[in-house]
Amino acid sequence: MDWAYLFEISLTGIASGGLYALAALAFVMVYKATKVVNIAIGEMLMIGAYLFFTFAVTFAFPLWLAVPAAVLAAGLLGAVIERSMIRPLLGEPPISVFMVMVGLSSVLVGLVELIWTADQRRLPDFVSNTPIMIGDAFLAPKVFYGALVAVVLIAVVLLVFRYWRGGVALRATASDPAAAYSMGINVPRVFSLTWVASAMIAAVSGIIVGSIGGISSSMGVFGLSVLVVVIVGGLDSVLGALVGGLLIGLVEALAGAFLGGEYKLLVTFIVLVLVLMIRPYGLFGTHEIERL
Amino acid sequence: METNPQGGHGNAPPLLQIDGITLTFGGVRALSDVGFSVAAGSVTAIIGPNGAGKTSLFNTVSGFYRPTCGQVRFKGQDITHLSAPKRAKLGLGRSFQNIALFRGMTVLDNIKLGRHAHLKTNVLDALFYLGRARREEAELRADIEERIIDFLEIDHIRHAPVSALPYGLQKRVEMARALAMQPEILLLDEPVAGMNREETEDMARFILDVREEWGVTVLMVEHDMGMVMDLSDHVVVLNFGQVIAQGTPVAVQGDPEVIRAYLGSGDVGDLRRRLHAGLAAREAV
Repeated sequence: MDWAYLFEISLTGIASGGLYALAALAFVMVYKATKVVNIAIGEMLMIGAYLFFTFAVTFAFPLWLAVPAAVLAAGLLGAVIERSMIRPLLGEPPISVFMVMVGLSSVLVGLVELIWTADQRRLPDFVSNTPIMIGDAFLAPKVFYGALVAVVLIAVVLLVFRYWRGGVALRATASDPAAAYSMGINVPRVFSLTWVASAMIAAVSGIIVGSIGGISSSMGVFGLSVLVVVIVGGLDSVLGALVGGLLIGLVEALAGAFLGGEYKLLVTFIVLVLVLMIRPYGLFGTHEIERL
Repeated sequence: METNPQGGHGNAPPLLQIDGITLTFGGVRALSDVGFSVAAGSVTAIIGPNGAGKTSLFNTVSGFYRPTCGQVRFKGQDITHLSAPKRAKLGLGRSFQNIALFRGMTVLDNIKLGRHAHLKTNVLDALFYLGRARREEAELRADIEERIIDFLEIDHIRHAPVSALPYGLQKRVEMARALAMQPEILLLDEPVAGMNREETEDMARFILDVREEWGVTVLMVEHDMGMVMDLSDHVVVLNFGQVIAQGTPVAVQGDPEVIRAYLGSGDVGDLRRRLHAGLAAREAV
């Protein structure tokens, strides 16, 4: 066994796990507040990346302007999705909402192919190409900086939700919307803001993922791994999103290195099945307990 | 049947006035032409058999349902079209029939959330925990710890997670949270449902003290007749979505319409005697 190689692979795995964690955070936020299973999360990532592409390449904005512009535009899209698709379905059975999300993902893919065509594209390089060395291990600079941005953003989000009143409102809404409503918390606005924030976070991870692997209309496949992450971690657990992200990132990297790339998905899904057999609500998910 | 639109307190203007409220769900008439008023400083109870529309009426008052027609006035202001959060800011605090606490949070956090509507800190204040945030937090802690928690005798459980508490205490925490909203009127939906006698008596004492010491008006829905008769200044009886009687407890409990609604039309005299005997037994305790 080559320990240096193992270390290098693990490092890459953990770094890409950071990206999973970021995207999973976007998913969990929406699920916690609105109980919507956003299976279009991969497509929302994709839209964020394409918006960035438009601002950075088509409009030739400088980087410092293109990123915020793309993130804001994605936030706007999140608001539109919430107002036009989620809010009218309030109180409808979860399966209806689920089907709408399936539809949404197709609509987003279709939009991308209509506007930007189905060709694969590259995002402009905006990080230096100097390899990052940690000890003797080599780490691709894009992966390293991507993971760094993910970690910082996750930390900011966690702090905001821990200390900001809006974060408390979100937790209260997630716990009991009716009670929160009668406490003076504007529940519809909380719903809206969660979607906006989630779309923005998804856009940031889309930009990072796109700059590592290029963007195309099939980029939403990344969302499949994100779904595995959130199910392993527990749908409504932020901690679960973080731990699940790192775990799945690590498992994928190890499987890819030692078994070959075609086994990546197989191994992650085996992990998923094993976790669900032992903990049906995911590693950190809430058990629904009714007490009368 | 006695009808006194001003509640039990002479000619003072009512704090809450319900006028001609009709509420329909599709073809079902949950409430029809319900009208009564709650005098400031009173304890008013809404009673009625199951399905009479009590909770629908409550939800209309607190803003969860919009009535098909009619008006809800609070301190003279028409609040019929205000949302529940806005009503909360105006001073309507409520508790729920099935406990609606924020699970996974501690007792203290739950109670603090009651004050949410009145806080003004923004993101930056909170992030850096400066100025306004710190001051508000300090005031909030003092008020909640010294007044509400002591008052409701839940000091020993303030850091306990609410989901681990027994039912009676959960109800008490819910009331504490409603009090933290600094309400002018407290809407209590079955405050003693499912409680044993001791817990019921504690709760009855808290309700009276809230009125006496805090000057908070109370409007409650309750099934426990003994408690309603003991505490209320004014009782409103609903049946099939209509007000069939209202007035003082004594007037209402002698009303044949009320007795029929509750006990069916049997031997009214006998039922009335049984009702009074039950009340007497309660008072003797």
